[in-house]
Amino acid sequence: MDAKQFELNAVLVEDDPQIRRFVRMALEDEQWHVFEATTVRQGLAACASSKPNLVIADLGLPDGDGIELIRELRAWSSVPVLVLSARTGEQQKVAALDAGADDYLTKPFSVAELLARVRAHVRRAAKVDVDVGAQYAFADIVVDLGARTVVRAGEPVRLTPIEYRLLTTLITNAGRVVTQRQLLTEVWGPGYVERSHYLRIHMGHLRHKLEVDPAQPKHLLTELGVGYRLLA
Amino acid sequence: MADANAPPPRPDPDALLARLRDEANLAARGKLRIYFGASAGVGKTYAMLAAARKAKSEHVDVVIGIVETHGRAETAALLEGLEKLPQRRANYRGRELKEFDLDAALGRKPQLLLVDELAHSNVEGSRHPKRWQDVEELRDAGIDVWTALNVQHLESLNDVIGGITQVRVMETVPDHVFDGANEVVLVDVPADELLKRLKAGKVYLPEQAERAATGFFRKGNLMALREIALRRTADRVEDDVQTYRGSEDIDRVWKTEAGLLACVGPTANAEQVIRNTARLANQLSVSWHAVYVETPALQRLPAREREAILNVLKLAEELQARTAVLSSNSPAQVIADYASEHNLSKIVLGSATATPVGGAPFGLNVFAFFRRRSGSGLSRNLARIAPELDRIEVGRSANPSTRPLTNAIRNYSTAAAENDRDDTTATGSKLHRWRYAITLAACAGTTLVCLPLHGRLALANVVMVFLLCVVFVAMRLGRAPAALAAVVNVLAFDLAFVPPRFSFAVADTQYVVTFAVMLFVGLTIGHLTAGLRFQARIAGQREARVRTLFGFARDLASALQYDQIIHDSIAVLSRTIGKEVALILPNADEQLQPPTHAFATGQQVVDLNVAQWAFDHGKEAGFATDTLPSNHYRYIPLKAPVRLRGVLALRPDKPRWLLIPEQRRYIETFASLIAIALERVHFVQVAQSMLVNVESERLRNSLLAALSHDLRTPLTALMGLTESLAHSKPALSTSQAELANEVFGSALRMHTMVNNLLDMARLESGEVRLRTDWQSIEEVVGATLRSLQPVLNGRTVDVRLPENLPLVQIDAALMERVFANLIENALKYTPVNSPIEVTASSNGSTLNVSVADRGPGLLNQHIETLFEKFTRGEQESAKPGVGLGLSICKAIVTAHEGKIYASNRPGGGAVFSFELPLSAAVKEDPKLRHALAVKP
Repeated sequence: MDAKQFELNAVLVEDDPQIRRFVRMALEDEQWHVFEATTVRQGLAACASSKPNLVIADLGLPDGDGIELIRELRAWSSVPVLVLSARTGEQQKVAALDAGADDYLTKPFSVAELLARVRAHVRRAAKVDVDVGAQYAFADIVVDLGARTVVRAGEPVRLTPIEYRLLTTLITNAGRVVTQRQLLTEVWGPGYVERSHYLRIHMGHLRHKLEVDPAQPKHLLTELGVGYRLLA
Repeated sequence: MADANAPPPRPDPDALLARLRDEANLAARGKLRIYFGASAGVGKTYAMLAAARKAKSEHVDVVIGIVETHGRAETAALLEGLEKLPQRRANYRGRELKEFDLDAALGRKPQLLLVDELAHSNVEGSRHPKRWQDVEELRDAGIDVWTALNVQHLESLNDVIGGITQVRVMETVPDHVFDGANEVVLVDVPADELLKRLKAGKVYLPEQAERAATGFFRKGNLMALREIALRRTADRVEDDVQTYRGSEDIDRVWKTEAGLLACVGPTANAEQVIRNTARLANQLSVSWHAVYVETPALQRLPAREREAILNVLKLAEELQARTAVLSSNSPAQVIADYASEHNLSKIVLGSATATPVGGAPFGLNVFAFFRRRSGSGLSRNLARIAPELDRIEVGRSANPSTRPLTNAIRNYSTAAAENDRDDTTATGSKLHRWRYAITLAACAGTTLVCLPLHGRLALANVVMVFLLCVVFVAMRLGRAPAALAAVVNVLAFDLAFVPPRFSFAVADTQYVVTFAVMLFVGLTIGHLTAGLRFQARIAGQREARVRTLFGFARDLASALQYDQIIHDSIAVLSRTIGKEVALILPNADEQLQPPTHAFATGQQVVDLNVAQWAFDHGKEAGFATDTLPSNHYRYIPLKAPVRLRGVLALRPDKPRWLLIPEQRRYIETFASLIAIALERVHFVQVAQSMLVNVESERLRNSLLAALSHDLRTPLTALMGLTESLAHSKPALSTSQAELANEVFGSALRMHTMVNNLLDMARLESGEVRLRTDWQSIEEVVGATLRSLQPVLNGRTVDVRLPENLPLVQIDAALMERVFANLIENALKYTPVNSPIEVTASSNGSTLNVSVADRGPGLLNQHIETLFEKFTRGEQESAKPGVGLGLSICKAIVTAHEGKIYASNRPGGGAVFSFELPLSAAVKEDPKLRHALAVKP
């Protein structure tokens, strides 16, 4: 993996020592250098001093809300932020994502899942400079962003303009959770944020065109009550 | 408009609004058609029945409420084939009478109901004293009514016709009922024809007419009646034309509202003044008022006469007047003020030569000349004070009314008199006697005091002392004793001081002048002083009333509980109006509940049925009203701005109070204060309970969030650490790896259980707030299966969803729990290799989803109780779980207004299905959300 060639710093803000411990172990196995913090203040200080490539933050911290940390961090950094949430409340997740988080994991989560997300985000962060006119591929699908074509297993797929915009929006945020609101705003426009049924219908069409089993998708994933994620 | 520069005619917005309101009312109310005739025998009933038969043939739902055929065969023949309502049997003084059954009619609710003889008076104890009131209620219920009426029964024409025919009828119908009818059909027969019918015996004569038949059915009478009927109908048609012209926005004369003011006094023709004014107001189509100015002189009238005047005011109210009782020493001034205040341009007065009704008691005649002067001078005084007012004087009828006021009013009077026995009559006369005794004693005392001064004091100064005595008596005891004192003092002065002393003889005739002046001054002083006293008393009473209202309003403003309001109201009302007061409040279903507060001793129990009627109709009922007047209480609905809040039942100490407009307004003010206070407390309670709900929900949520956090954090650590252990380097031995795997599996099951317990806690703790959004079942199933990956452990679920499955409005997070529980159950209870299928279908109104397996299936006796809490399929199962999953599913599906059921599959296995309504517009509507609340 490309990332291993660099010194990678991660800031882990979590108040439970056991969780801190296994997350650190998992990350260190992947050659990360982990800075630990237990409060919002310490977390922000660690972020400022260590120039991290990734921030993993718990939402419930002793001296405040993880969302505050994200909001403050976003004022001066675009580092990928992964949120750990014990809460099932969907609005909490949406709030964290809207504040600038890139992804979330609901506790309890598996280490494998955590590492998969971490890799995706680092890859995406590294790709920011890559030419947007390039091709994007997942599974047997190739999307040519320059030529505006989609090919599945060698066969061209016909997408409507809306479906294509939906797909490219997910591609630019690949690996991240894109909230329903963000998708509606970017694809349809700011006046359409309440029209969630548009999203459901076109997302369904897209899935039927691109997924092998649209009822059990592998790539165009639904985060119920939150939004969607493209998993390569 | 003649003037070219005049602004273009525009419809009066108020009039347009009134018309719209009229039209809206008309649409909701039943229509009234009156068959109107000059006299009995013109064929009104016949015409009505003939028209009813025609309507019946046109498939109108016609029912006969009550029709009198009077034994006429051709009329009876028309009744054939028409549905007749059974009549109510009413007992009246031992006789059984048949009456129109209002409740049966309201229950039957036909399209069109025939109710003959609109002027009929109902048997005592009926809901309404008059049949026209029954008809009004029928129309309020949306039933069209046809009825019949003779011209002599019209209230405002009653006295005119009585004057012509010498027969006066007791049963009258107010003109507004006639004018408010949608259609009036005039049934007209020439007089000769009618007389011919009479001779042929075809006319049924009502009882009282039979007695006077020879007088009544004279050609002259019949012609006059016919003319009046025709003219009245023409007036109505003219009104209709005016209304039509108005509604068509045809240019018409703009008139400023300039109403009539009828002044009522203790004159015999007061009733006539009222009727004339009503008729005039009707012809001019203006509003009218009736006032009674109570002067000190009138205040002294005996109760019977005052009641007569109040009854006349009541009549005015029935004839659609606004009434008021004013108190003043100078009637002309208050009348002028009242007129200008209410924009009334014409004053109607009784004739100046009118004399008081009945014999005046002692003391009154002495002052008669004052009163006569003020009476005859009223018109002149008015002319002086307010020359811009038109004055209309109504002459005295040559044929003075022998008929008392309308029946209903007479009822009130007798009822009032019965309840009023201890008023002025008994205690009053006792008090009177005392007052006169004290007066005589004062005169005697004065004489005795002056006796020793004889010779030392000039006679002129002795006169002064006697006058002082009159002033004292007038101040303390009132007018009549003052008059007595004036006379007695003159006599005593003559007897004791004027030579020759101790004889009534007078030596020097110049003393006659002294006597005359002394008497005149005494009477004048007495009159003026008593007048001042009266004014002071009235002012005092008014102030006391205002103070009471003010204190009451202040008490109510601080009340925060219903009990407090009830307590305060009862306390104030029983102090000011009467001991027998009850406040009746409704429950949540609008049913009035018996009052909970303690009754005063000897208090009669209120009739909840009457109170309920008053509450349902928003009208006063009970004593001295149109509805169930035989009841002891008056039931006043408590109208608050938003809705009715209850009923106030009261029985004043002096029932006469309910006839005095001022007193009634006083009581009404109490009622509206109470109503507003009740409404305020209601909303305070609503706000409080909202606050409590919000607060407790916030508390509940934060508690659950904390619980969830505290339970999941160690689980996360447990699972994460076990996973790290499994992947640690160097690799674990096979048995160690297996152990780590087992620990992970147990933690996962623990996690599922914690989830269920938290879900159940959330669902059980009160309202479930659904955060609904448009969702596709496909996405929900997909997301659920992905989150179940660790539990699935390689097993696959066969999802078969048809294309174009409609979106549903559901709470995705909760619905995920339903799928997760159903699929987890299937995984748990079925063999590892058996298939699990998720299918869905839609039938246009519901979306049906099923999760089916090929496991051992369900025991039939378990199917019923499966969805109850802590119920498990296998009692002694080694399978983990506490049996919460299905009850959570049920709670969530029910919150979505859906249904969930379980059954065995043909071919083996169990199937759990649930259906969601497609139209469940579970919007962000708090009411709806409340309705969806899951209540354990």
